[in-house]
Amino acid sequence: MGRGKIFQAAKRHARTLAQLAFAALSNGYAAGFAQGKIFRGAGKFACVPGLNCYSCPGAVASCPLGSLQAVLTGREHKFPFYALGFLLFFGALFGRLVCGWLCPFGLVQDLLHKIPVPKKLRRLPGERLLRLLKYAVLAGFVLVLPLVALDVAGQGQPWFCKVICPSGTLFGGIPLLASNPPLRAALGWLFTWKAAVLLALVALSLFLWRPFCRYLCPLGAIYGLFNPVAVVRLRIDEGRCTDCGACRRACKLDLDVRRAPNHPDCVRCGGCRKACPHGAICSVNAAPSGKKRFLQKPGGSKGPNPGPLKINRP
Amino acid sequence: MSFVKRNRAALALLALAAACFALGAGLGQHETVLRKAVNLCMECIGLG
Repeated sequence: MGRGKIFQAAKRHARTLAQLAFAALSNGYAAGFAQGKIFRGAGKFACVPGLNCYSCPGAVASCPLGSLQAVLTGREHKFPFYALGFLLFFGALFGRLVCGWLCPFGLVQDLLHKIPVPKKLRRLPGERLLRLLKYAVLAGFVLVLPLVALDVAGQGQPWFCKVICPSGTLFGGIPLLASNPPLRAALGWLFTWKAAVLLALVALSLFLWRPFCRYLCPLGAIYGLFNPVAVVRLRIDEGRCTDCGACRRACKLDLDVRRAPNHPDCVRCGGCRKACPHGAICSVNAAPSGKKRFLQKPGGSKGPNPGPLKINRP
Repeated sequence: MSFVKRNRAALALLALAAACFALGAGLGQHETVLRKAVNLCMECIGLG
C-alpha cells in the first residue's frame, strides 16, 4: 500500500484512531491490568475529558464526574470548583467533540454498533423524552442525591457512579474482579444491577447508535450545553447549502443538522460533513472546505441542481 | 472576523475555567480528588 493510500485510510478512520489513541493514553498503566491494582500516581490530580473510571486498573488520571461527586460528597459539601474548572475548560474548547472523539465508552458503543444485526434503528419510540433523561440523571444522580442522601456521618455517596455508570462496571469492575478473588467474594445485588445496566446498553448499542450518550450520560449533557459556543463548532454556509437533506440522512443521532448544526446532542462525529455534497457544513474557525461549490439555484432547494461551478478564491 | 471576536463566549468560559481551577486548587480540592482516585472506588466497581 502506498503512502498516499495509507494517509487516505488514516483520514477516513481519523475518529476511530483518535478514540483508540486516547483510550490507550488515558489507560496506559498496563501493569494495573496484570496485577489487578489501580494506578496511585500524581497524575490522578488531573481529570481526563471523557467518562473514564479512575478505578480502571489502567487509568492514569481521574474521571471528571467522579471528581465532581468526590468533592460534593465530602463532609463539608464544598462547591466543586476544581472539577468544574476541568469541565468548563474541555467544554469551552471542544463541547461534545469529547464524546465523539475522546471518550472510551463512546468508542465501545461505536465498535458494538459496527456488528451487523438484521435491522439498525435510527430512534426509539418517545425519543424526545428519552433524550431529556440525561439532564434528569445529571440533576438527580450527580448533583442532588450526593448532597441530600447522607449516611450517619453526614457523608454522601457518588450515586451516578454507584447505580448507573456503565464505564465503571466495564473498565473498573470487570477487570478488577477478574484478577482479585477477594473482591469477587464481596459481589452482591449492586454489581448485579450495574452489570444488568451495562448489558442492556451493550445490547441496545448493537441496534441503535450510542444509546448511553443519547439518553443517559450526564457528562454529555454538560458538554452539550457548550456546543453552541465552543471553539469547535459548526456553521452552515447558506451560499452552498441546497437543503438536499443529505446531512440529516447521514446523522446517526437523527438530528436536523441544517437547522441546528450545534445541537446539544451532536457528538461531532463528522458524518454530516462527509455526506454533504456541497461542502456547506463548515467549522466556524477553519478555512472553507475544498469541496467544489455548486451554483445556488434561484428559488432555493426546488428544481435541479445545475452542477459544479468554478469559483476563484481570493 | 478575528478569532477572538468569533470565540468571545468560549474565551470567557476558558477564563472562568482557569478561575474555578485555581480556586478549587486553593481550597485543596485537588487533594480530595487525588485521595478518592488513588483508592479503590467501591461504588464505581459495583461493590459498595
